Amino acid sequence: MVEIPEHLLRRSAEAKARALGVPMEQVLAEMRGEMPATPPSAPAVPTPPPLPEPPPPPPAVPEPVAAAVGQEAPPTVGVETPVAEAPTGSAAPVAPPITDNGAATTVTPRPVAPPQEIPEGVRPQRLLTVVKARAIQQVKATPTDKVNTWPHLMIAEFTALLVVTAVLIVLSVILQAPLLELANFNATPNPSKAPWYFLGLQELLSYYDPQVAGVIIPTITGLLGFMAIPYVDRNPSTKPSDRKFAIMLFTLFLAGSATLTLLGTLFRGPGFNFTYPWADGIWFDDLKDWVHFE
Amino acid sequence: MIGDGLKLRDRVAEAADSFRRSPFWESMFRPGSPFKRGYSDSPRNRSYVIMNNVLYHLHPVKVKRHAVRLSYTLCLGGLSFFLFILLTITGIFLMFYYRPTEPAAYIDVEALSTSVAFGSLVRNLHRWGAHLMVLTVFLHMSRVFYHGAYKPPREFNWVVGVVLLLLTLLLSFTGYLLPWDQLALWAVTVGTNMAGFTPLFGNQVKFALLGGIEVTGNTLLRFYVLHVLFLPFVIVIFMAVHFWRVRKDGGISGPL
Repeated sequence: MVEIPEHLLRRSAEAKARALGVPMEQVLAEMRGEMPATPPSAPAVPTPPPLPEPPPPPPAVPEPVAAAVGQEAPPTVGVETPVAEAPTGSAAPVAPPITDNGAATTVTPRPVAPPQEIPEGVRPQRLLTVVKARAIQQVKATPTDKVNTWPHLMIAEFTALLVVTAVLIVLSVILQAPLLELANFNATPNPSKAPWYFLGLQELLSYYDPQVAGVIIPTITGLLGFMAIPYVDRNPSTKPSDRKFAIMLFTLFLAGSATLTLLGTLFRGPGFNFTYPWADGIWFDDLKDWVHFE
Repeated sequence: MIGDGLKLRDRVAEAADSFRRSPFWESMFRPGSPFKRGYSDSPRNRSYVIMNNVLYHLHPVKVKRHAVRLSYTLCLGGLSFFLFILLTITGIFLMFYYRPTEPAAYIDVEALSTSVAFGSLVRNLHRWGAHLMVLTVFLHMSRVFYHGAYKPPREFNWVVGVVLLLLTLLLSFTGYLLPWDQLALWAVTVGTNMAGFTPLFGNQVKFALLGGIEVTGNTLLRFYVLHVLFLPFVIVIFMAVHFWRVRKDGGISGPL
């Protein structure tokens, strides 16, 4: 058998002793198995027969609490709420007022004030543990100024969608997507350029070692660095005035990548050497068919 | 009824009305839909439009007031999603006319531009739409950064977003090879050469990307499958997580 810690045993014995009205030492001895158990003064009746008539009140069941037993009152922290153990439901609802407390006959969810003295035969509930009522999800229901998604947001979104579609259609009618000659492994165009979103990287390649510019910078700083941003920047504020450093860094990144991309796209000619687009034309085939400087 | 003086317009209106009364039409829309007969504008119905609708997967019934202001988000995230749908639709159209083989690819793209109805327009839409999507995804990320919208509890959604940006770039890059012209061939050569500089296993990365030691028909097939099947499949999963987390992490971030 599991050994019950002394303090728990003592506490439970105390409560039991108070409920039964017997000395604590006796109960403690019983619990330890040193003494035969005394039968409780009110024998528990597990399932009372459902009677239409109010049964003769069992000897032990006292008045005010019996009526309230139908609905179990939730235990109040720190207070031992007396609850009758013996015949429940049947005694309650139809019973004529057997007490001068009128409220007891009607449906009372919980007694307004628990009686001070514990009546005979009523076993008080014991507080076993306190489980804090907390939801799985932390819902912070602070009232905010909200509007209906339909129509307010949906209309804005739908308009944006239509505008972009219209712009794209107009663009696609005017500008022909490039299609150069058939791929030819023997004719390397000069310069050979990547798609524009990689031209910043290609530009970096002309300054640094390929391992640095082509792989380490994009994967380490680009990809992993960007993923790490929320875990590095622990400043909780979203106010621009509170995060000047972060904003400065990001703006530098934006400006830098835009500069590199523009340089790679427009200012690099044959041999990936510097040219001026207004002097030598654009060496970027994506734009070849429809932009004519000169 | 025929020939008793009813005008055609009235008859059409009557037919339309009886169709909207039919059990078929009634069953098509859930309660509160504006397409249902007798829709009236009420706060309850405004909620139902979202709540009783597939839209509920994307939007809550109510949004913060500043979220509606166009200047807050510039609709960039939504437009990225819309461009993805547009690219899927135009891409499916293009797939009907395209064979990813070395001898056929270029001819097919050429024929598409010259002898297929709207072929040229759809190809242009696909191409410019793709460039625009790279741009909107990138700008969306910048917008989110400037609003500090990656801060708790949205940290992980930012990570998902960076993955989405990477997938967008990969989608665009794999599509770049498919016309099989000089531009495609050499852009991909440059791009995969860069990947070849990966420390330790650079050659293996390059080999896996190309399906060989240089750009060949194998590469074309590989990029095609990545472009039309694998990457869209992956990006849709990440998008689903992204949108779900936007909702669960408290919707759009607060006003500055």
